[in-house]
Amino acid sequence: MSAAEGTRRDFLYIATGAVATVGAAGVLWPLIAQMNPDASTIAAGAPIEVDLAPIADGQVIKVFWRGKPIYINHRTKKQIEEAQNVDVAKLPDPQPDSARVKPGHDQWQVLIGICTHLGCIPIAHQGPYDGYFCPCHGSVYDTSGRIRSGPAPANLALPPYEFLSDTKIRIG
Amino acid sequence: MSGHSTYQPQSAFMRWMERRLPIAGLVYSSFVVYPTPRNLNYWWTFGGILAFMLAAQIVTGVVLAMHYTPHVDMAFNSVEQIMRDVNYGWLLRYLHANGASMFFLAAYIHMFRGMYYGSYKEPREVLWILGVILLLLMIMTGFMGYVLPWGQMSFWAATVITNLFSAIPLVGESIVTWLWGGYSVGNPTLNRFYSLHYLLPFVIVGVVVLHVWALHMVGQNNPTGIEPKTERDTVAFTPYATIKDGFFLVVFCILFAWFVFYIPNFLGHPDNYIPANPAVTPTHIVPEWYYLPFYAILRAIPNKLLGVMALGASIVILAFLPWLDTSKVRSARYRPLYRQFFWAFVIVCIGLGWLGSKPPEGNYVLFARIFTVYYFAYFLVILPVLGKVERTKPLPNSIADSVLLEGKPIGAPAPPPPLAKA
Repeated sequence: MSAAEGTRRDFLYIATGAVATVGAAGVLWPLIAQMNPDASTIAAGAPIEVDLAPIADGQVIKVFWRGKPIYINHRTKKQIEEAQNVDVAKLPDPQPDSARVKPGHDQWQVLIGICTHLGCIPIAHQGPYDGYFCPCHGSVYDTSGRIRSGPAPANLALPPYEFLSDTKIRIG
Repeated sequence: MSGHSTYQPQSAFMRWMERRLPIAGLVYSSFVVYPTPRNLNYWWTFGGILAFMLAAQIVTGVVLAMHYTPHVDMAFNSVEQIMRDVNYGWLLRYLHANGASMFFLAAYIHMFRGMYYGSYKEPREVLWILGVILLLLMIMTGFMGYVLPWGQMSFWAATVITNLFSAIPLVGESIVTWLWGGYSVGNPTLNRFYSLHYLLPFVIVGVVVLHVWALHMVGQNNPTGIEPKTERDTVAFTPYATIKDGFFLVVFCILFAWFVFYIPNFLGHPDNYIPANPAVTPTHIVPEWYYLPFYAILRAIPNKLLGVMALGASIVILAFLPWLDTSKVRSARYRPLYRQFFWAFVIVCIGLGWLGSKPPEGNYVLFARIFTVYYFAYFLVILPVLGKVERTKPLPNSIADSVLLEGKPIGAPAPPPPLAKA
């Protein structure tokens, strides 16, 4: 066996192996990608518009976006004050109320109603702060949706949203 | 074939593993050092191709099952959603549908190889019969799979094929009702076909294991039909058979890819893109191409019960082939007269397939009947008689001789004697 013959076999092995690897990746990719959300699911998750006009002062409504419950809370003056007059540093998950509302729209609280502990839906207007209370394991949130006590590690999350006008928001 | 493998584990972990579950040794003795006749030609690659196609159908099928809904109101749309919305859904669907065709193509070639070279003869009778069982399972699986998209052809194929059982005297109607789960093909039928379509491929996997086990017990047949006698007659499975199988698998996949990417609906019927309508039967109702020969035989017999029996018999008769062929010589290579009847049989099968796609009128019916007669005569008359009267060609001494002595000898010829010095 001359050295040239040995090298050719090595070349063939490596070339075949490389092509086979690319082929295997090409076969594997669609099988993995097909489990990602399909076009109809993505279309169904498009942004939604919500009209705020019918929501009375102190009323909370629940809408769904991408399968998640979204609380829209028309906060009373009292609730806004209680949310703002807080020593932020003492909170389990420190965050000022101003970071959890859109500027100039303090009375509108838009939250994802999923408890940050294990995923139950907290009940609105419940608990010692008249905020949200999760019945599953007793997490207590205030009128800004911030965790105050209980096992939940973080404040209720905010969905992406923006004000299209004073009485209309787009979520998503 | 039995006894411990010669596998020598290289690492401490493998020695630990081998003592507890000797899978590596099993793979080694079955697919690496396994002695394979050295003269196998490319017709022998279709077993490996079939194993690949089975795996491909299972993988694409399981993935499609993540998106399909087996309810009469939603099935058709769920398939369209797969085609349009699911990432690469169009590819997975076309792979699975055309994969079924490729699966049957490979199976028929594999079977014709067995018939030509006498691979069903002693001691491979059980191997052959397991193969016939595999064909039956494939036919059932393919039929139920075709019903799932719930198009016009799906629905009416389900109706026609389940109605075949009504030909059975006394209990026929009850059996049909039992199959349907209702008074006609409907949602219960679709649901149970989905369940069984998911199940049967794994039954096929089990029977394939038995099939390969039976094969390894007796060893491969080969083009001469003579059993290996010495080590000179065989080579190690890896790398020779492995690479040969792998190469032709690639060629086969090129054909597969040609269908999937350029003509994915060529083998299908356009009427199956019409949602099922229980009130209207399509004018030209035909099964997929791989069932056409059997369909032609069914329609060739004018009596309902006898037609159904002929359909069943046309498959079951294959199981008796080892005993119907009386020839002591295995391979058609040394049976010149048999060879002619065999090719006529192949043409008859293809002809029956073509006739199955035609409307059952006029000359089509006449030829379907003639071909059906030949089909059964081949098994029941020709093969038994031929073995007794045929003059066969002389067999070579061994596989090695047939490879090395016919044509140019392998390796350099002996050097000429040295010239006398002047």
